[in-house]
Amino acid sequence: MLFRKRKKSIKDRVVDGLIICVLLLIVIVTIYPFLNVLAISFNDANDTIKGGIHIFPRVFTLRNYEEVFKDPILITAFINSVIRTILGAGLGVISTMMVSYVISRKDFFARKVVANIFAVTMYISGGMIPEFLLMKEMGMINSFTVYILPGIIGVYYIYIVRSFIDGLPSALQEAACIDGANDLQIFTRIILPLCKPVMATIGLYYAVSHWNSWFDTYIYNSSDSNLTTLQYELMKVLNNSNTAASGQMLRMKQQAQTVHAISPQSIRMAITIVATVPILVVYPFVQKYFVQGMTLGAVKD
Amino acid sequence: MNHPGYKIHKKTFIKTIVKQRYLILMVLPFLIWIIIFKYLPLWGWLMAFQDYRPKAGMGIFDYPFVGLKHFIALFQDPMFYNVMGNTLAMSFMQLIFGFPLPILFAILLNEVKSIKFKKLVQTSTYLPHFVSWVIVAGLFTTLLARDGIVNEMLLLIGAIKEPISFLALPRWFWGICTSAEIWKELGWNSIIFLAAIAGIDPTLYEAAKVDGASRWQSIKHITIPGIISTILVILVLDIGWIISIGFEKQYLLGNSIVQDYSKVLDLYILDYGIKLGRYSFGTAIGIFKSVVSIILLFFANQLAKRWNGQTVI
Repeated sequence: MLFRKRKKSIKDRVVDGLIICVLLLIVIVTIYPFLNVLAISFNDANDTIKGGIHIFPRVFTLRNYEEVFKDPILITAFINSVIRTILGAGLGVISTMMVSYVISRKDFFARKVVANIFAVTMYISGGMIPEFLLMKEMGMINSFTVYILPGIIGVYYIYIVRSFIDGLPSALQEAACIDGANDLQIFTRIILPLCKPVMATIGLYYAVSHWNSWFDTYIYNSSDSNLTTLQYELMKVLNNSNTAASGQMLRMKQQAQTVHAISPQSIRMAITIVATVPILVVYPFVQKYFVQGMTLGAVKD
Repeated sequence: MNHPGYKIHKKTFIKTIVKQRYLILMVLPFLIWIIIFKYLPLWGWLMAFQDYRPKAGMGIFDYPFVGLKHFIALFQDPMFYNVMGNTLAMSFMQLIFGFPLPILFAILLNEVKSIKFKKLVQTSTYLPHFVSWVIVAGLFTTLLARDGIVNEMLLLIGAIKEPISFLALPRWFWGICTSAEIWKELGWNSIIFLAAIAGIDPTLYEAAKVDGASRWQSIKHITIPGIISTILVILVLDIGWIISIGFEKQYLLGNSIVQDYSKVLDLYILDYGIKLGRYSFGTAIGIFKSVVSIILLFFANQLAKRWNGQTVI
């Protein structure tokens, strides 16, 4: 008996070791690309062309970042991205909270109708062209509003918040009601303070999606460089280098241009890092909230 | 009208409205918002049955109705079949490879005893979910470049003699796209399964251990049955989204050389509808896509009912 137990634990240990190896490999595959880009962004552009940069820069330089922060368009793009992220997340959270609270109120007379009006839009949408023409009709082409207004609420988040509110003890609301608080007071003094965790969660979701979006800039605001965003600028650089990579002629031409210390590739890496760092900075602190939202959303509404 | 009961009803209705005025005020702006931004575009579906050319002073009913002309043109366009083929191919690859891997990953992660190591794996694998497709496409372009790490490794082990431009190989595009998607979402998609595993009664495992069950037997007889309903729900939802795989990764990773393999439905709409200004045709494609995805969703929902006893939607 004793012997058998011992043997099993050796086999167990081998399996444990294998599992850890597989998972470590996954971690490396996930993290390596980021480290690689980081290294290239700090490496001298002429040296990078020789290849062989992995996770440490060989010829350290800040030149690529200087170049990025010298470019007025990139600075505008950065500022626009920051503004739309803060504004979009703030307004998104407040709006979502209001709608979710109303829908969560079992005694609200139009609850079913309102809930359905919102729910339907998760499954049916007008599609790209009617939406594009609507923005055009409303004069929202080449405007900052187009970043905020059309997507002010993510309907799915209403359901995350609602299932959170449903999980709160109803006694608090009832007590406040007996004490003569009106609906607005219940909302601001009871619901909002209790909903802080879920507000953090959806606030982060909104912030990430605003920070990451490029398509609305591309489709609505591409002709006004004052309204450009960081992801869109990065997309343009990426597109250029892709076209270059696909044609040998263009590639050689590009290489000929890069004798002068900076190359589109190195600049691209620096922009990539600038666009990733804000997420990296907040991510460890808020990971908990992200995951909470994911599991909350999975609870059937 | 003069029925007394009606009057009372009306009175209480007004009373309710006055009583719930704050609730109404809170939701009203967003009802208006959703009607303008989500329902008004549905009105635009009319365009698909007209020859729409934007002109000042023309109402939506002023354009000539042409019946199903644009739909017929769509079904006669060889490009449409190419695009559908790409969309479905990438969807199915995503379903076949992208669906089981997070489950496997969650099960593996659950076998890890060290909480610190578990945290490390989770923190790093959730991360790519939060970076944009623009960045992921950039990372993959770098990895797969002629002087990128993938070529370097393949050269090192002698699998190839010359570096390959992976992103310029049309036949590889579907695989690259699917890999990028898996790389980005593996960890994130496993959260739901990890949560399901965490919900399994731990006494079951203890009992199995006492009975001398091996690790594999525990997984097979406890873990998998414990999360099978979650697996089915997610599978069903994934089937529902088969046609709506988006276009970001295809657009950002694609280039003119691979376009026969990279063009998906949404890019087709973008090219024909917006860039060429064929609004009616583009809308017709959009309607086709919406109708198919709604049918798929209902079909998936019925499946869920049959398998799981409850609907997903």
